[in-house]
Amino acid sequence: MSIDWAQEARQSANAVRAIYLRELSAYFLTPLAYVFMAIFLIALGAFTFEIGRFFDTNQADLSPFFLFHPWLYLIFLPAIAMRLWADEARGGTLELLMSLPAPAWSLVLGKFLAAWTVAGAALVLTAPMWISVNWLGAPDNAAIALGYLMSFLMAGAYLAIACAMSSAAGNQVVAFVISVAIGFLFTAAGLPVVGGAMGPGMADMLASFSLLAHFEAAQRGVLEVRSLVFYLGFIALWLTLNTMWVSARKGG
Amino acid sequence: MDPKEALKVSGLSRSFGSRKAVRDVSFSVFAGQAVAFLGPNGAGKSTTLRMIAGFLEPDAGDAHINGASIITQRAQAQRSLGYLAEGAPLYLDLSVRAFLGFLARTHGLTSAATRDAIARVAADAGIGEVMGQRIETLSKGYRRRVALAGALVHDPLVLVLDEPTDGLDPNQKVAMRALIRRMAATKAILISTHQLDEVEAMCSRVVLIDRGAIITDTTPAGLAAQTPGGRLEDAFHALTLAKPPAGEMAA
Repeated sequence: MSIDWAQEARQSANAVRAIYLRELSAYFLTPLAYVFMAIFLIALGAFTFEIGRFFDTNQADLSPFFLFHPWLYLIFLPAIAMRLWADEARGGTLELLMSLPAPAWSLVLGKFLAAWTVAGAALVLTAPMWISVNWLGAPDNAAIALGYLMSFLMAGAYLAIACAMSSAAGNQVVAFVISVAIGFLFTAAGLPVVGGAMGPGMADMLASFSLLAHFEAAQRGVLEVRSLVFYLGFIALWLTLNTMWVSARKGG
Repeated sequence: MDPKEALKVSGLSRSFGSRKAVRDVSFSVFAGQAVAFLGPNGAGKSTTLRMIAGFLEPDAGDAHINGASIITQRAQAQRSLGYLAEGAPLYLDLSVRAFLGFLARTHGLTSAATRDAIARVAADAGIGEVMGQRIETLSKGYRRRVALAGALVHDPLVLVLDEPTDGLDPNQKVAMRALIRRMAATKAILISTHQLDEVEAMCSRVVLIDRGAIITDTTPAGLAAQTPGGRLEDAFHALTLAKPPAGEMAA
């Protein structure tokens, strides 16, 4: 019996859509997404206004707002992604999922996209900040739009780590802790203090792997293609690892 | 392969570390048959079923479902398979309708086909009155029936059921057995169990497994006839008790 590749592709697309909708409903039918978005927005507001001194800069831009995105993502995004695979393992539904005619990568992608949608929704809810700076002055809206785009991509990168760790660890708390630790390494690699301690050559190399460093150009309103490629490649890498770890569970 | 040979298990083996949980297990199930996969706790029943369902990778051997290999044509094989895993795992946060819809969409059913399929399995499994309820609010009996409805939603040729009546009260068991007997008219059904009354009530064949290996493959009457008293229970004891404890083996 030969394999019908067109049917396999349709089946995979169906599986991505089905698992995406199932996970989205799991987020929005329970308090999880609402609690996450509420606390994220409160924290982001507090950091922007209190620590970033948004009004003291006397500039109509969102630099103090974007400045804290990596650090908040580092903590908040593993919190929404840690359950994605760990819950399946705990509830026994992983066996149900793996008996469905869907390749592991389609399940991984569906779950990731659902979590990314929640992160995107939280970002959309910060739109009043953008409206406010337009009301206060004449900001560079293209730069702000770029900041949002790159922030969304960066959120995907943090989520991809957490999704992969959820499948590898099989336990929510462990997945959260490891995700934060790995996310911190990929964030701190772009800090001047880390680069300074390593020397100029090593600093550049470390920064090229930093989620923070690739976001900094966007904060200045500069679109760097290599940053786009970096975030997309980073997401693809961690989702591939996620798929491998989910598939490895068939080994018992 | 015989067109009616809906499930063909060939030489499945699986170890966990140094422990051999399943050893060279082979048998077939034909459309229109309900076959009991009988054995004591820890005999290797669930491990075998997990390999058939594609959840566990076998160390050796293969299972063909409706002609497709679970190793090399996994998705194709799984499209013809309905699997009720041990403990009937479910998404408790979903309503029954949403759960069945999720499974139907994953199997690639269109919206119209999904509606029809949900209506069909709701009637078959007798869960019509709880379709709008969240699964976490249902009794254990209803949860089993919802899990079975999930296994049936894409109308598979092969059904693999791991202890489908475990934990049900006597009335629920009678209803579940009647449903399985009805489905056995057209489907190939493999039922893992260690309950002998279940074998007599539902199955036309018995594959007896102990310590990971097939002991016998016969009819319930043929199994019973293997001891002088002609009782299934005596035959089960005689074939599985006079050996080291089966608790050594994996589930």
